[in-house]
Amino acid sequence: MERLLNFIYEYRAFFTFLFLELLCAWLIIENNQYQSTKYFNSSNRLAANILGFSQGTREYFSLRTINENLAFENARLRTELEKRNQLIGDSIRTHIDSARINQFEYVSAKVVANSTNLYKNFITINKGSADGIAPGMAAVSDAGAVGKVKSVSEHYAVLISLLNVDEQVSSVIKRTNQLGSVRWDGLNMRYSNLLFIPRHAQPVIGDSVVTSGFNAVFPEGILVGIIREVNLKEETPFWDIKIELSQDFGRLAFVEVVKSRLKSEKDSLEHITMGDTK
Amino acid sequence: MNRSGVIQFILFFLYVLVQVLVLRNLVLFNSAFCFLYIAFILLLPIELNSLILMVIGFVIGFTIDIFYDSMGLHAFATVLVAYLRNYWLATITPQGGYDSSSSSSLTVNGLQWFLVYTLPLVFIHHLVLFFVEASGFTLFWYTMLKVVGSLLFTMSVIILLQYLSPQRRRS
Repeated sequence: MERLLNFIYEYRAFFTFLFLELLCAWLIIENNQYQSTKYFNSSNRLAANILGFSQGTREYFSLRTINENLAFENARLRTELEKRNQLIGDSIRTHIDSARINQFEYVSAKVVANSTNLYKNFITINKGSADGIAPGMAAVSDAGAVGKVKSVSEHYAVLISLLNVDEQVSSVIKRTNQLGSVRWDGLNMRYSNLLFIPRHAQPVIGDSVVTSGFNAVFPEGILVGIIREVNLKEETPFWDIKIELSQDFGRLAFVEVVKSRLKSEKDSLEHITMGDTK
Repeated sequence: MNRSGVIQFILFFLYVLVQVLVLRNLVLFNSAFCFLYIAFILLLPIELNSLILMVIGFVIGFTIDIFYDSMGLHAFATVLVAYLRNYWLATITPQGGYDSSSSSSLTVNGLQWFLVYTLPLVFIHHLVLFFVEASGFTLFWYTMLKVVGSLLFTMSVIILLQYLSPQRRRS
């Protein structure tokens, strides 16, 4: 026993090293799990405040673009509203399910921190559980899909950006309704990839890719990007499709978090039907 | 805590703040990052116990991780560098050894020694950091480009700061 203790004492630096590295490795693996409510990330208040200060300084340089975008979105929403008003006037719907109409609720939030050039990028926003945000919700911007909520604190939340090699979004090509999956390859922040489009489909450059709404995280039909490159290699079952993301993540300033009211209902129904698969 | 301890304590916060407020936003060509905080570990007094060094490395890495949302990643790389540092210092001891309580700064030891000391350690730090982040070798060349680009960027800033910092030589 004494010899063992002596041995450990003699190599104490190495054992401490081993212990700390194993601890870090565990943290890294733990952090790769999908959703979580954790304290040690940029959703903690001190960290978010400091990052917010930094982002605030940056934003002064792009106030003009942000204003333009917001004004543009205002105009678009006004048009949309007017159209809707017209529709209701000559509505032929006999039964309106108010739960379905109010299925999604939007919470607007400001971006506190955002990275675009790592392999796993995250976005910190200034709304948290106090505003009803919970892990698993979707975030969109006026231009298109942005990401999913990974973890929340009381007043802040961390989103997994679409620019994260671990993130996949179920999407369809709008024109043909062909289902695929959008995943970033870690290279260029303007481009992402559309995977699992089978050979027999005919994607065309310029087609828009929108969210499918199959997992009830994103509402259906949110723009993800535009197809810019299609490629079919010999002997591969799927197309290589490159899409230009509709949201330029370098300029992201505001996002809207989508609260899906029917998600739990849908999930539990699927759960009952398919059984516990996990 | 003695005087140099207090100075190191303040420096710790200075390095972290500069890293998360300024350098976090400063990425050249989308691939060259500057992880200046590693210099804090490299410039701690030479005779510092490697146990304490590793703990400090863990703390500063963990703090950076909080801001980068990369739990454990920077801590992992920094602890590795902190562990290797003292062995590397022992290997490259100049003839006659180091003066007691001497620092590993450039002004004391000269540019050549300083490069031999810092370059491999910063390289290892970046190598581990980017390959663990990429979680594999699928993007080998692109990750390698990031490593080398960041190495040049970080080293330039470290050396620049060495020339700019107030001379703490007292003889």
